Amino acid sequence: MALPAYVDRWERIWHWVYLTFCALVFLFLFLLLPVLVVVPLSFNAEPYFSFTEGMLTLDPAAYSLRWYRDILQNGMADPTQLFSGWSWIGDAWANSQWIHAAKNSIVIAIGATILSTLLGTVAALGLSQSILPGRRLIMALLISPMIVPIIVTSTSLYFLFSEIGLANTYLGLIVAHAILGTPFVVITVTATLSGFDRSLIRAGQSLGASPLVVFQRVIMPLILPGILSGALFAFGTSFDEVVAVIFLADYDQRTIPRQMWSGLREQISPTILAVATILVAMSILLLTVVELLRRRSERLRGLTA
Amino acid sequence: MTVTAITSPDDSRSIKRELTRSLRRRKLQAFVLVAPLLLFILFMFIYPIGGMLLRSVYSPDFARAMPATVAAIAEWPGSGTPPETVWAGVARDMLALQQRNEAGPVAAALNVEMSGARSLVLKTARNAGKLTAPYREAMVTLDPMWNDARIWQAIKRLSSPVTPRFYLAAVDMKVDEAGSIVSQPEDRQIYRSLFLRTLLISGVVTLCCLILGYPVAHLLANLPLRISNILMIFVLLPFWTSLLVRTTAWIVLLQKQGVVNSLLVWSHVLTDETRAELIFNRTGTILAMTHILLPFMILPLYSVMKTVSPVYMKAARSLGANQFVAFTKVYVPQTFAGVAAGCLLVFILAVGYYITPALVGGESGTLISNMIAYHIQKSLNWGLAAALGAILLTAILALYWTFNRLTKIDIIGLG
Repeated sequence: MALPAYVDRWERIWHWVYLTFCALVFLFLFLLLPVLVVVPLSFNAEPYFSFTEGMLTLDPAAYSLRWYRDILQNGMADPTQLFSGWSWIGDAWANSQWIHAAKNSIVIAIGATILSTLLGTVAALGLSQSILPGRRLIMALLISPMIVPIIVTSTSLYFLFSEIGLANTYLGLIVAHAILGTPFVVITVTATLSGFDRSLIRAGQSLGASPLVVFQRVIMPLILPGILSGALFAFGTSFDEVVAVIFLADYDQRTIPRQMWSGLREQISPTILAVATILVAMSILLLTVVELLRRRSERLRGLTA
Repeated sequence: MTVTAITSPDDSRSIKRELTRSLRRRKLQAFVLVAPLLLFILFMFIYPIGGMLLRSVYSPDFARAMPATVAAIAEWPGSGTPPETVWAGVARDMLALQQRNEAGPVAAALNVEMSGARSLVLKTARNAGKLTAPYREAMVTLDPMWNDARIWQAIKRLSSPVTPRFYLAAVDMKVDEAGSIVSQPEDRQIYRSLFLRTLLISGVVTLCCLILGYPVAHLLANLPLRISNILMIFVLLPFWTSLLVRTTAWIVLLQKQGVVNSLLVWSHVLTDETRAELIFNRTGTILAMTHILLPFMILPLYSVMKTVSPVYMKAARSLGANQFVAFTKVYVPQTFAGVAAGCLLVFILAVGYYITPALVGGESGTLISNMIAYHIQKSLNWGLAAALGAILLTAILALYWTFNRLTKIDIIGLG
């Protein structure tokens, strides 16, 4: 951002102060550093949360993968056998706490994503039609899980699920996470449909296609990026959710965030940093995918050249 | 093929009918599409919330546990001590409770109304088998506290299943022995100050986010798209990173043996003995929450600032305003919609926050959500938890309604 020629000295100084402030906020103070600090510390050879002398002088001996190994080992029947032979794989798969949590997280997130994407997409198709009676009210109801504080949602579901026997079950968690995920699907798909040219549907119909064929061949390809990014939001929401899990899950349904939560409250070890690093890598991946989808969607809808 | 013109009124009416019918069909079609999700949300979300709200005013457990007492005490006007029928009812219920071993919850409920009632109830239940008519004398001999009119008034209050007492408790009030609504004694007031603290911390977090977020959003909105798209990743990456990871990062940074303290010791600002308490208190909550909620401030600000045309600033400058005046008088007012949206969004999210305060808040940094969780999981006072939740929910819905009135911005920056 170049300064125009007419500014005086004070304005020039002010401008640099402003730029420095922004740089500080961006990098050092707030947005990125806290997340990035976790990454090198997860390779710490010592069980500390601070940079050791050796780490600062880049001594290779000060770095290790022991906390990453610990992710696998924690809970294994025979942790000493890690990486020797093949039998440790079965042991880790069956017994490692973090792998158990990861399996739960993935199962619950996939279940919740499928449920909320199906329900949300179909609902968005209806919502995008302006003739729908009571559209604003329905929209408000469907979006409400996003606004109601998570603690209120969780406690309400806790009471309901205890009565109908869904507490401490996978199905209960999938339902709870689907509730939290549907608003994102509804919002993204409705937004995609708002730029949708409805005459394409009529064109399809006039050429003799049945409603189902029109949906498959005309609507679906155009709104697919919206559906996918909604699904990703739903997946991310479920994968990151911990309050509902605290209230509605037993030890058996423990997810990764739940495991981190108890790790942070009980015995905090750098293993959590290793898990955090893996999650940061995952979120970078997820962010890239969403961004690519968004660009593709804009291109398809002709919003950008 | 012949083309027939619509001439007779009969034809036009049938066309109108056809149109209405087709419109109705399309409406039905749209509704059928929405129905599955609507039903899902109504039954699995709205209905349980309704159940929770009901729980905050309706508590039939006491009446269910003491049926004979409740039936008899309805006749009693409430002054002095009740007639013998009520005493007999209590004795009968106590015996039944003792046999089912369920006197505990009744004792606990009564103790909330009048301290000391717990041991009275447990003692009476233990000796219920020995009580004989006339029950009045027998019970007073067992424990003279039964002669106190206040215990009977407490029983009468509890015997009605619809009760305002959870809401009263949630705002540090109670029905006193004389039946009038009064504040709790100073040393037992918790919730008013907790609500205030929640509002205060949320306000401070919102302000911090605004101070940090406004310049950043301004920069993002005014840089060339190529560069701002890259910088936007810096905003979106924390947004997409797990909440637990970000909270962990702050614990790592701020705890006593953490990065910031070590840095300060290393640079001789502090010594090893004077490491600062940066986390597990209010400071920690405010810092971590500001970081976590900052993207929610930047995104709406950015989307509004994108639409502000630079010509107004140039016009102001050409009319003689310096940079500062032009910025405050011309630029800032044009971004008020974004400021309102960002502030309300951050405030709404902050008021209902649970995870971060629970992990980094310590004693002084916990919010109302943490108290709700405590009453659900630890103290098991579900009615009070429900009342606190209902107050929180009402506040947030009111804020959101304001938010919707003030702005029409795509807050989440989706699609």
